[in-house]
Amino acid sequence: MDSTVTTGTEENVWGGGNQPLGASYGKLMMWFFLVSDALTFSGFLAAYGFSRFKFIETWPIADEVFTHVPFFHGNFPMYYVAFMTFILIMSSVTMVLAVDAGHKLQKTKVIWYMFLTIIGGAIFVGSQAWEWATFIKGDFGALETKGGRILQFVSADSGERLALRDFAETLHEERVDHEKKNGIWYYEGESLPSYSLNEVVEGVKSDPNVLIRTELLNEDGHKTVLTRDETLKKLNDATLVVEGANLVRNEYGSRLFADFFFFITGFHGFHVFSGVIINVIIFFNVILGTYERRGHYEMVEKVGLYWHFVDLVWVFVFTFFYLV
Amino acid sequence: MAHEHKLEIFRGLLKFKSNTQKIWGVLTFLTLVTIVEVALGILKPAALTHSYFLGMKVLNWIFIILTLVKAYYIAWDFMHLRDERSSLRRAIVWTPIFLVAYLIFILLFEADYIYQVYRDGFVKWNF
Repeated sequence: MDSTVTTGTEENVWGGGNQPLGASYGKLMMWFFLVSDALTFSGFLAAYGFSRFKFIETWPIADEVFTHVPFFHGNFPMYYVAFMTFILIMSSVTMVLAVDAGHKLQKTKVIWYMFLTIIGGAIFVGSQAWEWATFIKGDFGALETKGGRILQFVSADSGERLALRDFAETLHEERVDHEKKNGIWYYEGESLPSYSLNEVVEGVKSDPNVLIRTELLNEDGHKTVLTRDETLKKLNDATLVVEGANLVRNEYGSRLFADFFFFITGFHGFHVFSGVIINVIIFFNVILGTYERRGHYEMVEKVGLYWHFVDLVWVFVFTFFYLV
Repeated sequence: MAHEHKLEIFRGLLKFKSNTQKIWGVLTFLTLVTIVEVALGILKPAALTHSYFLGMKVLNWIFIILTLVKAYYIAWDFMHLRDERSSLRRAIVWTPIFLVAYLIFILLFEADYIYQVYRDGFVKWNF
């Protein structure tokens, strides 16, 4: 093992100039920051675990929520998130290569590797934005009950999910957005969903193929599907049509699920975004030759640490949000 | 700055010739682990989802262990903790591990308790 304390002569120990940890001031501070940031993320993920264990029997199944890939139609659970993970690991690799080239004072190599790192980061942030947009838009739609639970729909023949547009009736009833000009006392009305509650309820009643799927998980880890009789009875509890997700309610299930999704991936996405900005600044400094004149590329190493940390956090978010 | 790199991973089982080579080696390993994770996540073998260890599915334990393996190699080789003094390494690694282990222990037990209250108590919430 390496020795911890550098001892020259006895008087020199307290005389200053020692580096017991063998790391420069800047690097040490970066590590302190990363440790505290790691604790923040751990707090978020532990809170997620808390809520999940609290509602262990009704938590949404991530495979059924994140099933989209840009430009493709169909059901591809996890593929896109796996791709995002790979992009981030890849950009981590180009970052280490930049640090490695920096140690050898190879300016051109550092520039190219930094450039690739920035591109990787940008692709990741873009993917994250797309993922958010898809999540907010939603695809199947659902009903909410009096108790705030979500009711989804499946087809009795195939067992596949049904979207509201597949069975909702078109009733010619008046549905208007609450607008400012219509009220002396105006407070924001919620925007109307594509179908009214009545249209969905009538649609279920007239189509014997539609069954309700509740949030409750059975022993096989699937959501419980009600029988036709139970479905018709359950319809009486419905109060709202829910499409997509926001901070109040979402069509995927437990409300906390979307809240944590926005909060944790948002906080992580913000880290990636600021990482890209910092990388760009350092990238230009490298081009201008700042570190060439300084004689070392430690600055690249420091932003590298931050960048790897972002990757490290994503590894955990990926596991706890998408896999487990 | 003179930097020396420790070039062996897997406890000396695999030794690389240069730092660059080691980086690519670690990338290959991390990619493999991710592929295994995703494959398990899509297939969900019944043998692993129906067996439990300490109240959690064996499959989920596998995911968590593989995640920690990935985290280890990112920290050790990409953040080059392997090349740092052991004192710095321990200060960085053990501090969060202790605190987070404590937090998880407290929160998950509390959550399980609330779950039981919701299930067995006379409170109706799932309606």
